[in-house]
Amino acid sequence: MYVELKNINKRFGDCQASKDVSFEIEKGKLIGLLGPSGSGKTTILRMIAGLEKQDSGDIYINGKLVNELTPSQRGVGFVFQNYALFPYMTVYDNIAYGLRVEGKDKAYIKERVTELLELVSLSGLEKRYPDQLSGGQRQRIALARALAPKPELLLLDEPFAAIDAKVRQELRTWLRRTIDKIGITSIFVTHDQDEAIEVADEIVITNEGRVEQVGDPVDIYLHPKTSFTAKFIGKSSVITDYRKLKGFNDEGEGTEAVIRPEFVELLTNDSPKGNDPSYEDAMVEQSIFRGDSFEVILDIDGLKIKANSPLVNGPLKSGDRVKAFINMIYIIRGEETYQVKNSSLDDSNTYFI
Amino acid sequence: MEKKEISIAERILKIGVISWAIVLIAWSIVGYNYEEIFFPSPAETLRALIEIIQDGTLGADILASLRRIGKGWGLAIVTAVPIGLVTGHFKPVRLLVEPVLNLFRFIPAIALTSMFLIWFGVDDKSKVALILYAAFFPIFVNTIAGVVTADKSLVEAASCMGAGKLRVFFTVIVPSAIPNIFTGVRLGLGSSIICVIAAEMLVGGDGLGYLIQSSRMYYKTAWAFAGIFTLALIGFVLDRLLYFAGKKTLKHFGVK
Repeated sequence: MYVELKNINKRFGDCQASKDVSFEIEKGKLIGLLGPSGSGKTTILRMIAGLEKQDSGDIYINGKLVNELTPSQRGVGFVFQNYALFPYMTVYDNIAYGLRVEGKDKAYIKERVTELLELVSLSGLEKRYPDQLSGGQRQRIALARALAPKPELLLLDEPFAAIDAKVRQELRTWLRRTIDKIGITSIFVTHDQDEAIEVADEIVITNEGRVEQVGDPVDIYLHPKTSFTAKFIGKSSVITDYRKLKGFNDEGEGTEAVIRPEFVELLTNDSPKGNDPSYEDAMVEQSIFRGDSFEVILDIDGLKIKANSPLVNGPLKSGDRVKAFINMIYIIRGEETYQVKNSSLDDSNTYFI
Repeated sequence: MEKKEISIAERILKIGVISWAIVLIAWSIVGYNYEEIFFPSPAETLRALIEIIQDGTLGADILASLRRIGKGWGLAIVTAVPIGLVTGHFKPVRLLVEPVLNLFRFIPAIALTSMFLIWFGVDDKSKVALILYAAFFPIFVNTIAGVVTADKSLVEAASCMGAGKLRVFFTVIVPSAIPNIFTGVRLGLGSSIICVIAAEMLVGGDGLGYLIQSSRMYYKTAWAFAGIFTLALIGFVLDRLLYFAGKKTLKHFGVK
């Protein structure tokens, strides 16, 4: 394992920022630390970098125990949320900073800076100052600066948080490609699950200082192990009285259930298929047009459930009556989660798609 | 259309022509109602100004004052900035200095004039020392503030790239403090000008302060007015020059 955290604990005053955090990262992987704000993900990143020291537990990088090493000794590149570019230095000097610290000669520095500017596709901006760059450009320069001394581990703290939505999307794919190109082990922190799912090879989900689940995005999305993960991932609706739903009446052991919009199949009231007894009668409580679909909140016998309605169903407005079929739900029992399919799907006589 | 007219009116107001016209008119009204010796009018002041320019008094006095300001203020910069940087950077030093500093700040240089005369003599030395004292504190206090408020993430970025403490100090802390240092230097210039006049008024044989003081003693009130007006103009011009020079050369350090 390239990076290993073993039983890390960290406390800031009254706040337990890390509770017995352990996970491992393989070389060359891009890892997303995902969690709500205040869940301790940035603290983990900062402890790996050496900017914060854990109260107990061990951190290994490339097999070496780094507990006592300063940030500069760990060989780690760090990209800050607010970029932290030196505003009084040109782009060139910013990228060259780490190389000058290492005492590299001028010719090498020039070559390396040029190479990095090419990598981040910002050649020609050497003489600019950070305040003459856009947010996306600054972030790319910050990345180039972190990569300049050839670190073996790259850490990125909310790298896209301060960038507007459209550029963020582009930058995400760009970052993924760039990291693939240089093949550096990387960890990034984010509170945006779309970002983590799209970019990361593996996701570490944090909540209240603990690691909830580690796994690849598909696995985490499809098989949430803890109640927190089930509720946090996807646009989940959490309901308690799930036994009211058709096809789930006998599932007795859980306390709550989580339903994702994609589990709900929605038909208009005049659709013949909707007469099937396994379909629920539902009322649209809220409807938001999303361009490719309508995002609706349904009221099924008092339960509020989020669903998506495809455009073929026509526009939906609140008060409309529709038919809904729920394919599956995640049932939460204590800290655990298990998946249950609609019982009518087991019945071979039932017609379904 | 209407909006544009308002903005033109606003612009004229901003230049200050109207404000100055009002001041001049008020001054004239008061001035013409009193003797020159009691309250000279603008015209009498202008005449006096031309007189002292022509006989060379004004030029010599301006030079004398500027030289003292230059020495005292310059000394204040070269001492207050490094001491402030070190004080701000090392917390124990800061905690040691701050209590004393907070008391000394409220002892105006003028209050120390007579002591400085005893300590440094009646010649230039005591005046320069007084200016140094007056300019030191604003520069010192602001330099400390600049160091203390330096962006922590820049320090972290530098240490992640392997920079040692000394390098962080010179490549991150010092540049980050520059906007505050510059503010301190500007405030220090203001203090220097106030101080040099006070010192020259109390003792000495030349300088703008002496001009104002001696003219009043010889009942040349218009000369005193001319001196005061010159003084205001010098202060204003020096501050503007400094401001624009700073804005131009230190733009990337965040001097606005």
